Amino acid sequence: MKDYYDIIIVGAGPAGSTAARIAAQHGAKVLLLEKDREIGVPVRCGEAVGEKGLKRVLEPRPEWIANRIEAVRLIAPDGTVVKVHHEDIGFILDRKRFDYDLAMMAAQQGVKVVTKAYVYGLLKENDSIAGVKVLHLGKHFQIKAKIVIGADGVESRVGRWAGLKTNLGLKDIETCVQMTVSNIKLERSYCDFYFSAKLAPGGYLWVFPKNEHLANIGLGISGEFAAQKSPLEYLTEFIEQKFPEAAILTTVAGGVPCAQFMEKVVANGLMLIGDAAHQANPMTGGGIIQSIIASDEIAGRVAAEAIQKNDVSESALAAYAKEWDKVNGNSHRRSYRLKEAVYKLTDDDLNRTAATISKKAPDKQTIINIFKTALIQHPKLVPDIIKVFLGSD
Amino acid sequence: MIVIKNDLCDFCGTCVSVCPVDVIELYEARLVIDHEKCTECLKCVKVCPVRALEIQG
Repeated sequence: MKDYYDIIIVGAGPAGSTAARIAAQHGAKVLLLEKDREIGVPVRCGEAVGEKGLKRVLEPRPEWIANRIEAVRLIAPDGTVVKVHHEDIGFILDRKRFDYDLAMMAAQQGVKVVTKAYVYGLLKENDSIAGVKVLHLGKHFQIKAKIVIGADGVESRVGRWAGLKTNLGLKDIETCVQMTVSNIKLERSYCDFYFSAKLAPGGYLWVFPKNEHLANIGLGISGEFAAQKSPLEYLTEFIEQKFPEAAILTTVAGGVPCAQFMEKVVANGLMLIGDAAHQANPMTGGGIIQSIIASDEIAGRVAAEAIQKNDVSESALAAYAKEWDKVNGNSHRRSYRLKEAVYKLTDDDLNRTAATISKKAPDKQTIINIFKTALIQHPKLVPDIIKVFLGSD
Repeated sequence: MIVIKNDLCDFCGTCVSVCPVDVIELYEARLVIDHEKCTECLKCVKVCPVRALEIQG
């Protein structure tokens, strides 16, 4: 590590590695810091992405794809299964491999990647962020930079140190546990989502197969409901009941921001991206694609341009916030409104919805019709439903 | 005082994300709470996915 870089990025997840690669491509000298000993580990994620979304941001490599998903099934509290008619198929990723490759792609553009580098504070000069304080292999370093980018995940402290409000209320975090489960038997082309206050209050439970005998199974529940019974207890019960023979190969906990669109994601000399900027979709908790779009198409380039023009002020970096709002702001705000309505549905509402939908012709069993039926008491949300799920933003 | 059960903690940072006073340090495999600045609002205890935090005393 040198004592100066144009840009320092804290966190080598998909957002951080992507912003690093793009900024370096635009000529910036970039340092990418990861606190853990290994990039991509542990996998705190359900690992599902839509095909269209992934292809928008990257040319998928075969080694990233553990499995192709042909259809989604929603399972109501009473067990009614609705097979969703949906055109966009999906992938179950090998997130460890995916994150590795994104960091390597950054390194190939000249980014300096350092693991086991714990950032514990920011340097400030003249009302601007001017670098980071790092603990690396027992030694303390102060490294200067024109821009610091916080890609430090849901627990982002980089933003807080710069005066941005990144801490979440209990209703805006999903608290999650995910297990890699083997010795089970599955149909590998289906992704299953279970909705029920008994299984995952204020959230959902997922079963994402990697092959016929291996799956990423997890759940997220609203932070409001975790005090009575923890996500780990909910998931352990489900797996014991549904897959009594299961062998659990990994157990990983995590949190997902399911929050309002974050308007203020820049300060003088500082930008936030990915979960640190609450960019995950508040309805689904999915954040990989949004993080990469924000970092690739916008933040990485804006940061590099700011370096070239030698203006890293909040007003210069605000170009990123504005462009991101244009790309995803309305969609995010709609998803948040839907989340608020959906998570108030009772198990009776969900059972009624599943019963109504499962009587319709298969090609009418669309996600839009499901939400329309579920939220029949909320006619004002119908335009939101259509726009969110047709991806017309 | 909030007590961390190290054998349960997964170092995921969910507690850090809800802390209103930013008193939790998360290293790769170590969690540290600044008890002097902690207001004991218990958000971290409530949100922990694996019940690794507990109020004592």
